[in-house]
Parts: sequence; structure tokens; C-alpha cells
Amino acid sequence: MSDSKISRRGVLAGSAFLLASTALPSTLWAQAPKRGGRLIVASDSEPRNLNPAIVASNGVFFIASKVIEPLAEASFDGKDGLEPRLALSWEGSEDGRSVTFKLRENVTWHDGKPFTSADVAFSALQVWKPLQNLGRVVFKDLEAVDTPDAHTAVFHFSKPTPFQLIRNALPALTSVVAKHIYEGSDIAENPANTALVGTGPFKLAEHKAGEYYRLERNDKYWGEGEPHLDEIVYRVLPDRAAAAGALEAEEIHLAAFSAVPLADLARISKVPGIEVVTKGYEGLTYQLVVEINHRRKELADLKVRQAIAHAIDKDFVVKTVFLGYAAPATGPVPQNDKQFYTKDVPAYEFDPAKANALLDEAGYKRDADGTRFKLKLLPAPYFNETKQFGDYLRQALAAIGIDAQIVNNDAAAHQKAVYTDHDFDLAVAPPVFRGDPAISTTILVQSGIPDGVPFSNQGGYKNAEIDALIEMASETIDAEARTALYREFQKKVVEDLPLINVAEWSFITVARDTVKNVSNNPRWAVSNWADTYLET
Amino acid sequence: MLLLRRRLIGAIPVLLIVVVGTFLLLEAAPGDAVDAYVGMTGGDAGLIAELRQTWGLDQPALARLAAYLWSLAHLDLGYSVTFSRPIRDVILERLPNTLLLMGSATALSFGAGSLLGIVAGARPGSFRDRFLSIGSLALYAVPGFWLGLVLTVLFSVQLRWFPSSGIETIASGKAGVSRALDIAQHLVLPVAALGIIYLALYLRVMRAGMAEIWRMDFVLAARAKGISRRRIVWRHVARNALLPLVTMLGLQSAAMLGGSVVIESVFSIPGLGRLAQEAVGSRDTPLLLGIILVSAVLVILINLVVDMLYAVLDPRVGASEESA
Repeated sequence: MSDSKISRRGVLAGSAFLLASTALPSTLWAQAPKRGGRLIVASDSEPRNLNPAIVASNGVFFIASKVIEPLAEASFDGKDGLEPRLALSWEGSEDGRSVTFKLRENVTWHDGKPFTSADVAFSALQVWKPLQNLGRVVFKDLEAVDTPDAHTAVFHFSKPTPFQLIRNALPALTSVVAKHIYEGSDIAENPANTALVGTGPFKLAEHKAGEYYRLERNDKYWGEGEPHLDEIVYRVLPDRAAAAGALEAEEIHLAAFSAVPLADLARISKVPGIEVVTKGYEGLTYQLVVEINHRRKELADLKVRQAIAHAIDKDFVVKTVFLGYAAPATGPVPQNDKQFYTKDVPAYEFDPAKANALLDEAGYKRDADGTRFKLKLLPAPYFNETKQFGDYLRQALAAIGIDAQIVNNDAAAHQKAVYTDHDFDLAVAPPVFRGDPAISTTILVQSGIPDGVPFSNQGGYKNAEIDALIEMASETIDAEARTALYREFQKKVVEDLPLINVAEWSFITVARDTVKNVSNNPRWAVSNWADTYLET
Repeated sequence: MLLLRRRLIGAIPVLLIVVVGTFLLLEAAPGDAVDAYVGMTGGDAGLIAELRQTWGLDQPALARLAAYLWSLAHLDLGYSVTFSRPIRDVILERLPNTLLLMGSATALSFGAGSLLGIVAGARPGSFRDRFLSIGSLALYAVPGFWLGLVLTVLFSVQLRWFPSSGIETIASGKAGVSRALDIAQHLVLPVAALGIIYLALYLRVMRAGMAEIWRMDFVLAARAKGISRRRIVWRHVARNALLPLVTMLGLQSAAMLGGSVVIESVFSIPGLGRLAQEAVGSRDTPLLLGIILVSAVLVILINLVVDMLYAVLDPRVGASEESA
């Protein structure tokens, strides 16, 4: 099909191929960005609450990050992997009880009012700490925010809080909202949660439910000469095949977050004028994890968990389920993390014979049908890949005599079955690593988490040693000592297998080659796109 | 109109059964709106408990059903927690798109189906008849989403004659005639995908009706009178075979509403069908109830119109209803 496409386009639009070939060198050689134009991107959801200060999730950030900015953004080459946004600098005190932010001056809200430290104090104390899904954990000990002047904010914590954690949390957890908009209102239900007012390079101009969001250039943006684009339009395309079609038909410029299915990438990458970009998601690594219900007597046995780990061929999973767009995982921290990752953990190489031996040793003999025991397996429905891996896991387990029955649920039913009712033996989950294990990783193995909390340890696992490590790391101020604790944590987790990390993957962006400055930071899809431009 | 009044009163218990039945079905589905929401965004136990309370989901099911029926009795469809808006507004915003899609697709399948049915029924058993009958059945067997995708690949990606999705050009600022033309252009592919599938039914019914009527005495008489075959086909046979087709029109409106769920997703048209799908996914019970209620009213109204039309076309029907 792609062959006929090239010839057709060769006839109809002979310049397209030429254009594509000239675009190659132009990316190497710095060009002055073009001003103007409307960038049209595919969007697959319309979040009910679009306020990133309350809902820190990628679905919200994808749109809202252009309107409402955090204190700092992730960066490939900045110090500590950060670059300034609304804060110019950040410094933690020796005792871990305070952090001082110097804020950017001459920044105005989209409604014209000046941005000051009062906005930061309000956001931190009234929004991030009490309301935000992630902030409720990271900022739980935040006691007060002093504002000695309009451009300084000092966070005070009631208990020592590692500065390293706060720093790592800056890109995702610190979207600043305007105090004058939210003060004295019911913040969770404020109309500004959908009609956003921010300081970002774009203003939210229009939302037509089921059709599109339209963002307009903020002419008073603080970034010099930025943004380059006049408009960004998010077209709501719930059907995945529709996104690929719309890209090929040149109705949209860009589809992020793997909106074009992996299976279509090989074909679409051959279409002239379309580029497949795998960079730009380093700060949003998803992990493919087998969650284990330790209430089940067989699974409470370490030997059985080790057997399951040996039964999974991670390389095969990466190659077939992810078509190569992933990496095999070694433990609970992904390899692309520069601060915490250690490869110094036990390895469970693919070895069905060893797995069978371990199960025999554990006393689970095969019956007449060759089955040792039955399990209930619940793959999370959020991604094609989690469902496909569920099918693979069933076969891999069958090879070692474990009969896994797959139960397919939609999102709401999966959430209830696994995280509230614990009605599962094994589940496939896609948790996100957010740059620091304390943000959303330790919760996967820590004990004592109430029922119903999604993406947390609901398998009834309890290990005093691991709990103690997590506790200690949460109050260790020294970054080096804290990092060492998390390395120990990784080792302990892989040793005891409260869950099995199988693979790590990021998303794919498919874009027309006229879109420039794509994927130039580790959270590109959810960053502000102030420097993105369109070449015509 | 006695018929009208009787039908409307008769519709109330039907609607009540629809509402209670749907409510119970959704109650039986595992997970509620809060599960669906936190499954997407994450959140801790406190947040979940708070949400459940503010969304009223901590109440027992019967209390929620009673509250819903009570507000429904006051003609209030309630509030959608997933959209943070009154359900009436959400539905009214999407209804025109679905009506436009369904109306055009019905017109296409009814018009083209009956025409082709006449062509096929003009000479039952001929090659033309066989070709059309088998061809239409093949189309009827095609899944809607697949037909939609094939049409998109061919006419939007390859030929670029029509846009691949949406109801109109986004944020174009068009108005009046140019906007109507824009919408019409966007509707071509979805209407074709939806209409072609249901075309077979009309074709088959028309053809079967005509085959029946050819055998009647009055056709023989007409022939004996020396009336041309063309005139017999159009004036006598087709006209008499049209009546059951009108009945089909009423029945098919419900099926069409179901088919639009798929087509609206494939073509990204913000209509009721896609809204219903989203409502199920997010366990927004009142929203889904609202959509089903509106759809049920729609189907009842269409069937009422069809029945009245029938009474006009065939006076015997009207007479029997009046005297009953």
C-alpha cells in the first residue's frame, strides 16, 4: 500500500518528496523559527477537570501544560535535569525543613493581573497539598509558605522533607494557579478548572465538547519572542485508526502518546512527510508490571513468584508486544532514570525448566492434566499492550503448569476488582515512574495502604524491611544517602518479588516533518510548546 | 387526535421500564463513576471518599433511583458528574448531530433501498434481481466500523475527496451556507457507511413485496388492459409494496440509533451514540439514563409519525385504531 502511495503522491504532489528530503538537513542546522500558524494535534480524551494543579495526570497535562505552567520543567541538559519556568532558582535548607524559590518577575496571568509569590503560596497550601492526587503525598508535611517579597516563596515543612524529592516533583506537581481566581471558592468545583487561566504561552480560547480545544497565542508571554505558534488545536479523535488516517490525510500535524498504534508505525513511517519520533517521553516512563495478590497461599510462596519471573521471556515481550519500542525491566526503577537506577539486583533469566523445578520444590505438583494450580489474571484495559501481555502471560504460565484464567474488564470494573475488592490473583498494571521513587513507585509495595487506592499495593504484601527502607528514605535529607537507600530498595524488591517488573516503555510521537522542535525535552508532550513552530 | 393522546399515555410505562431496567443493569456492572475517574487519574483514599460523597455515590442504590425518578418527574434529567454540567445541556448539544446523521442515513437507505428494490422486483428472478439481492446482503453483513475505515482510507487518505472525520472543519468560523456545505461534506462518508448497511433491508422488503403483488389478480387485469410494463411496475406494483416499507422505517430507527454508536466513534462525530459509550465507560448512570430516555422518546415519536402516515396511506388502519 505504501508503494502505491508514494507513486500517487509522486504524481499528484511531486514536491512532497523533495520537501521531505530537504527537511532532513534543516534539522541539523539551526534555523530561525517561523512565527505563526495553527498546529493541529490529535487528542483522545476530554478530561472532566482540566486543572493540572488538581489533577496531575498526563491526559490533563497534554492540553493544560500550555496554559498553566509549573515552577520548573524537565530538561535534557539542565542542572539536576531541570530548567526554570515560573521559578528561577530553588534551594533546600540543610535541615530539610524549608525550600526557597526565587520567582520570575514581570509575569502576568492571562487576565492581566500580575503573578506573585502569593499565587505560589496559595497553590501549594490550598491546592497541591489538600487536593492534588500526587501532591497529597509529596506535600503532606508542608506547613506554611512564607512570602517575604512578591518574588520569593519559602516552603516550610513540619518534618524534614528531602529536597531531592521536591526537586524531582517540580515538573509534574507544581502547576501554579491564580489566587485571585480561586480564593474563597469551592476550589474543586470552580469553573476555572475547565476555563483555565494561567501564565503559559497559550490561552485556552474555546472548547467544543466532543470536537476540539483551541488554544490561542498569549501575546504577553514572558518568554522572549515566544510562543512561535498562533494557535494549537486539539482535535478529539477517540478512535485510534482515525488518528493515523487524519495524519495521512494531512488533517492533523501531530499525534502524541502513541495515538497511532504501534502496529501502524512501520507503515506510516514510510509515508513521505511523516516522522516517527521516539524521544521526548524520558520523564514519563511507563512500567509493565505483574501485580501479585499475596493473599493467595501459592503466591505468598517466594519460590512460586520466582518461578513466574523465570517463566517470562522479557525480550520476547519487548519484541512482540511492544514491537521493539520498549526495554526489558530489571527492577522497580527504570533504566533511563539517571539518579536512582541500579543494575545491581538479582536477575531472573528466562528459564522454564528452572521455573518448573522451583514449583516442584515448592510442592505444587502437576496433576493428571499437567496443571499445578489455577489463577485469575486481570490485565489492565488502559493500553493495547497491557492486554496483549496478559495473553502472553497466560501462555507463559501454561508452560510451567499454571492455568491462568483471563478476566477482561473495562477501566471502572478493573479498578474496583483489583484495587478495591482484591478479586484477582495476578494483574497486569502500567504504573508510571515520575522521576522519584517516592512519588508513585514505593506505594506499589508499601504496606498499610487503604483499600481502593489505584496503582498501589493492594496485593496484601507486607515486608517490614522494605517498609523501613521506604520510611527511612522519606526522611533522609542527604541526596546521596537517599539515593543509596533507594538502590537498596530496588535490590530488596527484586529479591522478594512483591511484584514483577517486566518492561519499560515510553510513547511514540508521529508528526508531519513541518513541525519543528518536537521532543526537545524529557516531558515534551506535556510541556509548554513555547518553542514549537511550523515550517511552511 | 385520539391516537396521539393514547400513544403518549401508553408510552409512560414503557419509559419507566426502560429507566428502571437501565439503572439496574448499570448497578450490576462492577465499579462506579469514582472508580472510573480515579482509574484514569489516581488518587488516595481520602480523595476517593470525598468524591464518592460529593457525587452522591455513597447513597444506597434504591435511594439514588428514587431521587432520580423524583427529579425526572419534575422533568429534570439531573447533573452529569463526568461533564460537570446539566445532562439536558450535554444531550441537547449532541442530539442535532445524531439526528442529522440518522436522518440522512435513513433517507439514503430508504431512498436507495426502495429504488433498487423496485429495480430488483420489476423482474423477480432476473439477473438484475439476483445481483442486487446478493450484493445488498453482502453489504448488510459488513461490520459498520470496517466499512467506515475502508471509506476513510479510500476517499480521505488516498483520494482526499472528503474529510476523514469530524462534523465540520474545526474552528473554521464558517457560517450560513458555507457552514452547511462544510457539514454536508463531512457527513458524506459517515452517512454512506451507516446508510449502505441498512439499505439491504429496504431493498429486500421492497423486492419481496413486489414479487408477491405481481401474482395478484389486479396486476393481471392491468396487463390485460394493455398498460405498459413500466407503468404497471411504478403505478401498481411498487406503490402497493411501499406500505410495509413505511413500517420498516419506524422499526429501523431504533437499529439505526445503535449503529450510529460505532459510526460516530470511527468518524469522531460528537453525537448521542458516542456520548452513550463514554457514559458507560465512566459509569455516569444519570447521563446514560438521560441518553436512553431521549432515544426512547425519539423512537416512540418516529413510530407514532409512521403510524399516522400509515393511517393516511391505508385508511383501514386509521379506522381500526379509532374504533378500538
